[in-house]
Amino acid sequence: MKCCQPNCDNEATVHLTEIVNGEMKKIDLCEECAKEKGVTDPQGFALADLLLGLGASSEMDAAGIELECPTCGFTQVDFKKTGRLGCSACYTVFAEPLEGMLKQMHKGTQHVGKVPKALRAKMDITRQRDHISEQLQKAIDTENYEEAARLRDQLKEIGAASSIKEGK
Amino acid sequence: MNIFEFLSPSDELTTVSGPEDHVVLSSRVRLARNVASLPFPGRAKKQSRQETCDHIKPVVSSASAMRGGFSTGMEDLKALEKQLLVERHLISREHAAKGGGSAFVLSKDQALSVMINEEDHLRMQALMPGMQIKQVWQKIDRFDTSLEKKLDYGFDADYGYLTACPTNLGTGIRVSAMLHLPGLVLTDQVNQIVQAVTKLGHAVRGLYGEGTEALGHIFQVSNQMTLGESEADIIERIHKVVLQIIEHETNARSVLQQSNAKELLNHVGRAFGVLANAHIVSSKESMNQLSLIRLGVKLGMVKDVDVSMIDELFLVSQPAHLQHQIGEKLAGEERDVHRADLLRQKLSGIGGIQLPQ
Repeated sequence: MKCCQPNCDNEATVHLTEIVNGEMKKIDLCEECAKEKGVTDPQGFALADLLLGLGASSEMDAAGIELECPTCGFTQVDFKKTGRLGCSACYTVFAEPLEGMLKQMHKGTQHVGKVPKALRAKMDITRQRDHISEQLQKAIDTENYEEAARLRDQLKEIGAASSIKEGK
Repeated sequence: MNIFEFLSPSDELTTVSGPEDHVVLSSRVRLARNVASLPFPGRAKKQSRQETCDHIKPVVSSASAMRGGFSTGMEDLKALEKQLLVERHLISREHAAKGGGSAFVLSKDQALSVMINEEDHLRMQALMPGMQIKQVWQKIDRFDTSLEKKLDYGFDADYGYLTACPTNLGTGIRVSAMLHLPGLVLTDQVNQIVQAVTKLGHAVRGLYGEGTEALGHIFQVSNQMTLGESEADIIERIHKVVLQIIEHETNARSVLQQSNAKELLNHVGRAFGVLANAHIVSSKESMNQLSLIRLGVKLGMVKDVDVSMIDELFLVSQPAHLQHQIGEKLAGEERDVHRADLLRQKLSGIGGIQLPQ
């Protein structure tokens, strides 16, 4: 079997089959073209394919501004090149362009599932607070002041409880 | 002790069987984790990567689940040793290319393993034979929980566990089952199944993960999405999908037996004929033919052969295992000759192939 790259007549020795989103892709490459395409790092190759398929790099471009992570110096260009981020802080820096990509890639953009034990209590309080604040706003909007007062007291309680916890 | 001495011998490994192993060869769950505030391995400078590794490795190898286990820097493994670990699905091909600043830790029972500084700081997996998806999840979940007390994981309330690649974000989980589907291949139904499974948002790949060919009628089914769905839901869905594939494969095999008996006999018989007599056999050919023999054995068509012997041949006919068995480094053509010798020796004594009553 010949290498599938244009202008290449070498015997193909690297054969890839991958099925993503119901489409089967077969690629046959010779040793040289495989190296050139970075297929010697198969995961990286599949990833780039997958990300480009989802229009990842254009998402990043659409964000317009040249972003750079202050923690690790990672830039948009680096992301386009590698399809990976530089450090945990990158997720905050690139949050905006990532949002659309994550929506296409995953079931949702809010984590559901395991949380490290040390963070669980803190997160529960934050979630509760957000939830009550939302309800409070609704109560105010609908002029349900009795309910609003009750919710405001609840918020106060949570605030006091969490400040005690954090103070420890 | 070196890794060869530590690893279970191939013949021992394959005698351990799991539930539904006529279709499910193995179940695996891997988790991606990173230490907060340290750059991901792909971004880290060499020195920082080494420091990260020195920080994580002792924590992992001193975990109680790793008691009596094996721990090594990647720079201390020879190419053949790394390749052997790839063939056992204990490290990725990407990790095999790593040297200093990356490490590998394996538990005594070899069901639990960790790659340090692969794409993420930690890639931990539990791997068990047969259909044991829920069991492997429990095993890796417990192990992960034991590590989170000592390692400060990068975690975000919205994005979950932070990973180098956004495709692993959230739970960082990849649940997969290795499936042997010769019945669906021979009855031309495998593409339909693959399409149905991928429509559900799962990935289907070949034997060695991303970007590999489906050799030996072996397919790997795994989840694609990791964010916005809990581990329990992801596992439940893969579990259901795999149960359905088992049913389809089992049906396909009985259809072959009932309405295409001659064709089935022909496939299995020819596979035996080739491997019991050939003098040059590539690893690709051996996998594809052994797959058909495995089908025959599982359908009770081959007398006095245990499937563990065929599974062992599957393993030892792969390049690194073969070279390890022979005890020397061999070029491609030499391997094909040695492989053929080994297969002839093991398969020549086997009697006739018959349809089961």
